[in-house]
Amino acid sequence: LEDAVPLSLRDERIALKYGAGGHAMRTLIRDVFLCGMPASAVPEDVTLEAMDDGAALRIGHQWLVITTDSHVIHPLFFPGGDIGRLAVSGTVNDLAMMGATEVRALTCAVIIEEGFSRADLERIQRSLRDTCGEAGATVVTGDTKVMGKGEIDGLVLNTTGIALTDRLVTDAGLRPGDRLVVTGTIGDHGMAVMAHRHGLAIDDALTSDVAPINGLIRTALAAVPDGIVAMKDPTRGGLASALHEMAEKSRVGVVIDEMAVPVMPQVRAASELLGIDPMHVANEGKAVLGVRPDAVDAVLEALRRHRFGREAAAIGSCTADHVGTIVLDTGFGRRLVSEIEGEPLPRIC
Amino acid sequence: MSADGVAELKFRDPTRARALTDALGEIVEQIDRMPVSIMHVCGSHEQAIARFGLRAVLPRRLNVIMGPGCPVCITDVPEVDEGVALARAGVHLATYGDMLKVPGTVMSLSDAQAEGARIDVVYSVAQAVELARNVDEPIVFFATGFETTAVATAAAVLGNPPSNFFVLSAHKYIPPVMEIVAEMPDTRVEGFLAAGHAATITGWGVFEAFVDRHRLPVVVAGFEPLDILAGLVKLVDLIRQGTPQVANMFPRCVTKEGNVRAQEQLWRVFRPIGGRWRGIAHVPNGNLRLRDEWAHLDARRCFDIDLESLWRFAPPALVHECICGDIMAGIKSPTDCRLFGHDCVPHAPVGACMVSSEGTCRIWHQYGGHPDLGGRRAAVPA
Repeated sequence: LEDAVPLSLRDERIALKYGAGGHAMRTLIRDVFLCGMPASAVPEDVTLEAMDDGAALRIGHQWLVITTDSHVIHPLFFPGGDIGRLAVSGTVNDLAMMGATEVRALTCAVIIEEGFSRADLERIQRSLRDTCGEAGATVVTGDTKVMGKGEIDGLVLNTTGIALTDRLVTDAGLRPGDRLVVTGTIGDHGMAVMAHRHGLAIDDALTSDVAPINGLIRTALAAVPDGIVAMKDPTRGGLASALHEMAEKSRVGVVIDEMAVPVMPQVRAASELLGIDPMHVANEGKAVLGVRPDAVDAVLEALRRHRFGREAAAIGSCTADHVGTIVLDTGFGRRLVSEIEGEPLPRIC
Repeated sequence: MSADGVAELKFRDPTRARALTDALGEIVEQIDRMPVSIMHVCGSHEQAIARFGLRAVLPRRLNVIMGPGCPVCITDVPEVDEGVALARAGVHLATYGDMLKVPGTVMSLSDAQAEGARIDVVYSVAQAVELARNVDEPIVFFATGFETTAVATAAAVLGNPPSNFFVLSAHKYIPPVMEIVAEMPDTRVEGFLAAGHAATITGWGVFEAFVDRHRLPVVVAGFEPLDILAGLVKLVDLIRQGTPQVANMFPRCVTKEGNVRAQEQLWRVFRPIGGRWRGIAHVPNGNLRLRDEWAHLDARRCFDIDLESLWRFAPPALVHECICGDIMAGIKSPTDCRLFGHDCVPHAPVGACMVSSEGTCRIWHQYGGHPDLGGRRAAVPA
């Protein structure tokens, strides 16, 4: 399916699926945004072409990691977080996924709809500020625009982050035999937002996991030198998309033991109710790590000592065969894991 | 872990599952012909089979065919057209989310919505009644599904709904279509796996006459992986013994009589009439329509539904290549279809089977294209 571009991916108009973080979005970036873009002057640089969580530029003996993310979410306030916490966490986590866990600085651009509540804006700023504190980050510059009523939906927040690191980790470093680790339960964020938005009676029990996890990743990276070979945060498209992207770029196959994938009981219940696979649901405070087999125990131990990593688990491994394919062992049988082509429901992050 | 979680695990025990698949393999071996073909008639069964990857561990010689078990998929094109025509005429519709993208002759409800038609997605008929209570205009509930959802619609009709609540019934009744499929020359079905949830209402006794007529065994099964495997073991064992009978492998929910009160309500509100099931055939007594007593809330009798206005347009181009009908009759698989996964995907479906979460094409697509990964057990380090 990957080779033949489906007709539906050559749409004349941009449908929602192009923003859903899956195959359609990567196709759009490749076909539109990369088209004719001059290459970086420094050949070592990791740029848009790599389609990683951010870019990495060689500066002396270090890497300058830079990433940017625009945040739109309905509702702006949801169980466990809000757009402010999301905007900081998303960018901090993207930096961390490249191995850059000490955030040097953030920028914040905001586009506000005419008539937006000042009290809400202040509440969002407080959340943004507090999350910065948690992540050891600060906003150093920004931009503010107000657009007319109806020209934009509420509020759009963009954050850009920069950080320096000595050792770069990409999402393409998996090799056959490497193990895959998730840092905690999956599906919490997307399911909480969906349940809240659709007024499901169970939404009390569901809380988003949105959090800056650079501290958690720092701990894991320090556990074993060079023990972690690849990282990705399973945001839009969920664990399924993250695994697909890592497997495709690393040219390995992946086998996942479904019973080992941590899912909170209430998330599992909601996912069965809605017919949505938790593996397709967004996370905002989790990471998938590719770990050398001899480092798995130490990495897991380090993760579980951190408050954001208590439920960390080894969920599978990489193989040399079925490259780019994710096989799920359900405990009863086996099937493939697909990427979703649109969002399970519109705009979850 | 909650009490529910523990109950769930009881039916999701991989050790027991392996014992059942081993037993299944042995019985199929003993049946001295190949392949042994059985049919389930429920999208939820296919959903569970694909979701848990059961096809990868079923005996090679056991052919589990997906029958016409998706209520959204078998909703006929003219029925979708009725909903579209009403909505385009400015009538406020409420329906289940799965129905939105089902293609009609020229457009789906979702296309009509994009043109400005008002269509609310509801999770239950009760929500549609609630909607009607809160507005001053007519609300038409486009009612789809098998007896499982038809009883809910019946209860709403009998529950004294507000006078601005109307029903456009496209409900279907499963038992008659099993007769049709059993008589289709190309299917070679040797037994049926019947849907446990529908049988909670009809009771397993409803299948006795069918078994007598067609001399084919019917096993009622639930939806957890162990339910399905146990159901399959029982069914192939009945085939091996050559003893056509009804077996209830879902006794924790299904009785012989079923939910008598729900049946009474169902038949007080609906009458069975013959009608087309999309892609399958004309099914005698397969459609449920409101009885005359309820004419005052029957959208077909209270509104002038102008289908002609729709049929002036040309039909979509790819529809003639769609093989949904053959897939639902169990003659073909989604991977036999040229459109599958390329020109027909969940966000741009050509056939109804790609629309519903219970549609075979949608299920196969969601779970990675072709769910059968071959016999080798994948190695997962402990």
